[in-house]
Amino acid sequence: MAEYETHEFDVIVVGAGGAGLRAAIEASAQGARTALVCKSLLGKAHTVMAEGGIAAALGNVYPEDDWQVHFRDTMRGGKFLNNWAMAQLHAQEAPDRVLELEEWGALFDRTADGRILQRDFGGHRYARLAHVGDRTGLEMIRTLQQHAVHKGIDVFMECTIIRLLKDGDRIAGAFGYWRESGRFVMFKAPAVVLGTGGIGKAYKITSNSWEYTGDGHALALWAGADLIDMEFVQFHPTGMVWPASVSGILVTEGVRGDGGVLKNSNGERFMFRYIPEMYRAETAETEEEADRWYTDKQGARRTPDLLPRDEVARAINAEVKAGRGSPHGGVFLDIASRGSPDYIKRRLPSMYHQFLQLADVDITKEPMEVGPTCHYMMGGVRVDAESQESTVPGLFAAGECAGGMHGANRLGGNSLSDLLVFGRRAGQYAAQYAAGLESRPTVDPAAIDELAAQAVAPFEVGGAENPYAVQQDLQECMHNLVGIIRTEDELDKALEELTVLNERAARVKVEGHRQYNPGWHLALDLPPLLAVSECITRAARERRESRGAQTRDDYPDTDPELGKVNVVVRQRDGDLSLSLEPLPVVPDDLRKLLEDQ
Amino acid sequence: MTADTVTIRIWRGDVDGGFEEYGVAAQEGEVVLDVVHRVQATQANDLAVRWNCKAGKCGSCSAEVNGIPRLMCMTRMNLFEPGETITIAPMKTFPLIRDLVTDVSFNYEMAKKVPPFRPKPREPDGTYRMRQEDIDRVQEFHKCIECFLCQNTCHVIRDHDENEPAFAGPRMFVRYAALEMHPLDTNDRRELLQDRMGLGMCNITKCCTEVCPEDIHITDNAIIPLKERVVDDRYDPVMWVARKLRRRKSPT
Repeated sequence: MAEYETHEFDVIVVGAGGAGLRAAIEASAQGARTALVCKSLLGKAHTVMAEGGIAAALGNVYPEDDWQVHFRDTMRGGKFLNNWAMAQLHAQEAPDRVLELEEWGALFDRTADGRILQRDFGGHRYARLAHVGDRTGLEMIRTLQQHAVHKGIDVFMECTIIRLLKDGDRIAGAFGYWRESGRFVMFKAPAVVLGTGGIGKAYKITSNSWEYTGDGHALALWAGADLIDMEFVQFHPTGMVWPASVSGILVTEGVRGDGGVLKNSNGERFMFRYIPEMYRAETAETEEEADRWYTDKQGARRTPDLLPRDEVARAINAEVKAGRGSPHGGVFLDIASRGSPDYIKRRLPSMYHQFLQLADVDITKEPMEVGPTCHYMMGGVRVDAESQESTVPGLFAAGECAGGMHGANRLGGNSLSDLLVFGRRAGQYAAQYAAGLESRPTVDPAAIDELAAQAVAPFEVGGAENPYAVQQDLQECMHNLVGIIRTEDELDKALEELTVLNERAARVKVEGHRQYNPGWHLALDLPPLLAVSECITRAARERRESRGAQTRDDYPDTDPELGKVNVVVRQRDGDLSLSLEPLPVVPDDLRKLLEDQ
Repeated sequence: MTADTVTIRIWRGDVDGGFEEYGVAAQEGEVVLDVVHRVQATQANDLAVRWNCKAGKCGSCSAEVNGIPRLMCMTRMNLFEPGETITIAPMKTFPLIRDLVTDVSFNYEMAKKVPPFRPKPREPDGTYRMRQEDIDRVQEFHKCIECFLCQNTCHVIRDHDENEPAFAGPRMFVRYAALEMHPLDTNDRRELLQDRMGLGMCNITKCCTEVCPEDIHITDNAIIPLKERVVDDRYDPVMWVARKLRRRKSPT
């Protein structure tokens, strides 16, 4: 019999970034007994690193902006693969969610008339991102964190969930361990909200922190939920490339929003050569027009430096391949020649600080070197747009671990707003679900004994695999074979390597004891990492076209038929199965918005 | 790319533990956290260390490097002389859990005691209007990444555990200052600060300011103005009488 402590709640929220915090606040406000469970200390989740801003059609800088334009931009950015109802709710509700943060104490940068200032970002027709310099995520997580604490929500910090518990078809709770003591903990709850973020730690070069091991994706998959769009992994075009130890760290799109431009080793602003047909009508053709656009949105078209991220990442990749890269294998991002040192330091204080301290580069005097970095997972748990409920009763998901909102490619700024809009909805509907149950689910103790035995196996098995080495090899595999540019041969090779990595993960040996042991923690993070890696690889293989973040060298064109379906991944009896299932059809009145140039 | 071997001493175990020495490769451009991670991946898989963003934004990897409290992710290896032994110890003020990980729950308990933000009503058009110059000083406080290096350094609690129940510490004073100077806030925390949060125990030696990785002027911009506000409140005769009459309680 395993030893574990038991806690009983109405709603368990897993993950304490923007989505998890907002969900917990809402569930608690609905009267549900709510617990927030997170792997790190409170306030350290990945949201804290978000830089550029929160996209919301407040219309403070351009009164002509409204939810319809935001909806259109989001759908175009997602190459129309988005769940339209989520994109609509998101665009409609984001402004209220931003104003709510202000009411909870957030202090956004201001316009001259004292309202929330908005900044330009890729793929957004108007300056739309509410921001605080380049540390918007910090402001957001701190505001939500403090609000949640004042509301008295129970927080279980440094506690990792390793499996969801079920009673028949429905959710019954979650099982995990305290990182500090290594002791097990069981949460009994009829409703679970996943707000666990992404999968970046499956890749070698990433802007993501250690926590991003695909936990929510894997927990949902193992609990029988559907995942969609797993082939769409966003590579942010601008991560640091030098020094090697900091490669992948994010350089905000705000640099380009505030006037920075991309250049190759010839000093050429190469983005003008990479304007796709879909964006040609609204993109500047000359440098003169692009520069004028920053101050004249009506008389000039936007700079191609601010095309959506998938387009810019591919362009940088192509420039480097063509031998026009920077000394350390990226391209140049120049804001030094485009704004005064005072302007740059005021708009981009943490970028200034980051480059000066980590790379000895003064961005007010010289260009940055940047290149693509694994940044965001568009794919995730298939959810109902209104309620965020998955295909498993009682299981909800919001934010990065939910799928559908962003389609094939996410626009910058749409993540923070996604967390707020759908975090709130998930918390609301999870609380309502729990309150509406006639009978509460029960947990089978035998299932927990088995989970506990599996979890401590790495201390006992005879294997000799080092968990860090397995993770590094997985990251190499995904980086080399399932990266920005993909082919069927390489994806097949990746699947073979994943089989071997799974075998190695089963032989992982952990030294020491259970108290705060990162080697053991990593050993337990490997199963979700490997599970999402397989989902990504198999979904990428299934989508034989190029669209958004998925670029297939062997299928370079977009296939209109594949534009009508999601790749759905599910697990039954231990085996993954994939299917192509039709997208929800966009209603006619919204379709008209999409056709509007 | 040059790879040199460096000697690094890391605290292992609990309070009864000690420093262990590791020889490990260090490459150009690396930070202390990279080297600690390499020790962890290759020589000591169970080495306990907190970290998240590795970009100076989350405040998780605080430690004392050669005796100086700093973020390991923002401490470049080229700060040290070639051949110099680097000693990494956990933060001293907080109870040690294991290796470089300490129990920082004191800070989270103090955060629960901060009376919440209570905004005034919106303008008739549904907005809040604030001028940028009126929020600049509060935005400085909002830069805080909660690394707790200031708490670790503050001598009021560093060498005196007994002060902890009655002393919120520099991080929390920054938080109180952010609330008190917020243009929309209507709550008053001055009495609480003086009577139960130990504002008066700070004797402005500025040790906290020196270690702040975000360069927040903790002493000059947060603590001293708070002290002035408390003094204004305490020695204003009208306020004194009002307080006596109303026997006002500190907000909770």
